[in-house]
Amino acid sequence: MKIEGTVWKFGDNIDTDVIIPAPYLVTTDSQELGKHCMEPVDPEFSEKIQAGDIIVAGKNFGCGSSREHAPMAIKGAGISCVVAESFARIFFRNSFNMGLPIFEAPGVSDGIDPGDRLSVDQDTGEIIDHTNDKRFSANPIPPFMQGLIEAGGLMAYMLKKRQG
Amino acid sequence: MSQTITEKILAAHAGKETVHPGELLSARIDLALANDITAPIAIELFEQSETSSVFDPEKIALVPDHFVPNKDVNSAKQVQVMRGFAKKYGIKHFFELGEMGIEHVLLPEQGLVLPGEVVIGADSHTCTYGALGAFATGVGSTDIAAAMIAGEVWFKVPESIKLSYEGALQKWVTGKDLILYTIGDIGVDGATYKAMEFVGPVIEALPMSDRMTMANMAIEAGAKNGIISPDQVTLDYVSSRAKRSFTAYKSDPDAHYQEERAFDVSKMEPQVAFPHLPENTRPVSEVGTVPIDQAVIGSCTNGRIEDLRLAAQVLKGHRVHKNMRLIIIPATPTIYRQAMDEGLFETFLDAKGIVSPPTCGPCLGGFMGILGPKERAISTTNRNFLGRMGHSTSEVYLANPAVAAASAVLGRIGSPEEL
Repeated sequence: MKIEGTVWKFGDNIDTDVIIPAPYLVTTDSQELGKHCMEPVDPEFSEKIQAGDIIVAGKNFGCGSSREHAPMAIKGAGISCVVAESFARIFFRNSFNMGLPIFEAPGVSDGIDPGDRLSVDQDTGEIIDHTNDKRFSANPIPPFMQGLIEAGGLMAYMLKKRQG
Repeated sequence: MSQTITEKILAAHAGKETVHPGELLSARIDLALANDITAPIAIELFEQSETSSVFDPEKIALVPDHFVPNKDVNSAKQVQVMRGFAKKYGIKHFFELGEMGIEHVLLPEQGLVLPGEVVIGADSHTCTYGALGAFATGVGSTDIAAAMIAGEVWFKVPESIKLSYEGALQKWVTGKDLILYTIGDIGVDGATYKAMEFVGPVIEALPMSDRMTMANMAIEAGAKNGIISPDQVTLDYVSSRAKRSFTAYKSDPDAHYQEERAFDVSKMEPQVAFPHLPENTRPVSEVGTVPIDQAVIGSCTNGRIEDLRLAAQVLKGHRVHKNMRLIIIPATPTIYRQAMDEGLFETFLDAKGIVSPPTCGPCLGGFMGILGPKERAISTTNRNFLGRMGHSTSEVYLANPAVAAASAVLGRIGSPEEL
């Protein structure tokens, strides 16, 4: 499956307090959380983006807290996937558990600019920047993990499987 | 085969003789923890699963500590969800206000986490319990929901890094300074996915409180867990508290480490981490002139009685600078009472500081000391990310309780030696 969208760029060590500040962690509604996504670094982020847009960032994206509200807020804001040089450990696990596809791809931080049109192939891990015609390579997402993303997260995936 | 303490604990909980770094396994858990931010999602997911009971009502801890005493209606609703769940499923370790403290100080204090155990918590600072010789790591709410159903969780066995500390600690240098220095050295992603094992004569001489401060901040280097092999200090701490039997593991002398680093601490000064990353450390003598508006002494990192005693030692006979606010947060009701009985409150109040009830409060910008635009705080907490304690133009500097107390008196960041 392919994801296509416009790029929003961020730097290294984007932490979970930036992704969703703690004062907003008084709800489990991802749409509500999405309104405040990235607020400390870009207060209008959630209003500026279009559904399906893609976040591209540097190393250690999602460092800090274990709040699952972070991938929920990114999804709730309408972002389709995150591509970064590397991810923090707990965020990596939480993203798949919450059904947010993320891709670790070396070189994206320098090679991709804000506003570029990007496509990401979940089956092959190929990332194409259609604006500057550059290609990057991430690990593909195996079929069962894609099932997890399609279902909207681990728990929904397990329930779907149980119901057969 | 030789193994590290982390590998031994994971092997024992997966029913295996030995395990290797990189190996995937499913481990039995001894305790699953969630707080008033992360529990509501875990509970929502648990209820969706239509499971009729939790795997073991004695092995789940629900601690409403982040926004409690409730800061607003929505945070009150989140604790109502926890309270209702605890009642419905007979969760033994739900802590109501009055018994509630900051989770990572409270659970060791109550003997609910012990050496050799596997503990997961929907809070990144769950790694604190590694100070007791447990394998403890932060996970998300989904993992807690799954663990509450099944009583086990999958892990990738981490590579281990050995960090050894030698030499004599200078006055005012604490476990906080050792871990800040280490994070400054390896970076905020220097231990991503790995186990940080703290060893050496300096660690062996540290009291439990300082060991917990060190393990607490392993996550600030990206680590999966921080760990210290149990010794007599550990056993003295847990023996009067433990309500069940436990096993103390030690790393084998020839265990494999992916990396080893040694630190000579003899010349180390108290450390200050500048905004907006814990790796931006400087010795306190090289801070320069940084005026501050607020000092916070508390949190799961430095809210223990030893931390409060250290702050009181510095504050005794002094008054907080007229441009400054000083907020002191004892981490649990037991510590609160101890501090009161020892006369520390008198010292704090005489200095014109204020004492808060136990809560995470300002550490994560929740309440009880939020920073306004461009305000600066020195804090004994663990994170100085952008906007962490309030407005996005505010700044947080991390330090030990003695430096925070001295800075409160000076009105700028400084050393207790300057008083």
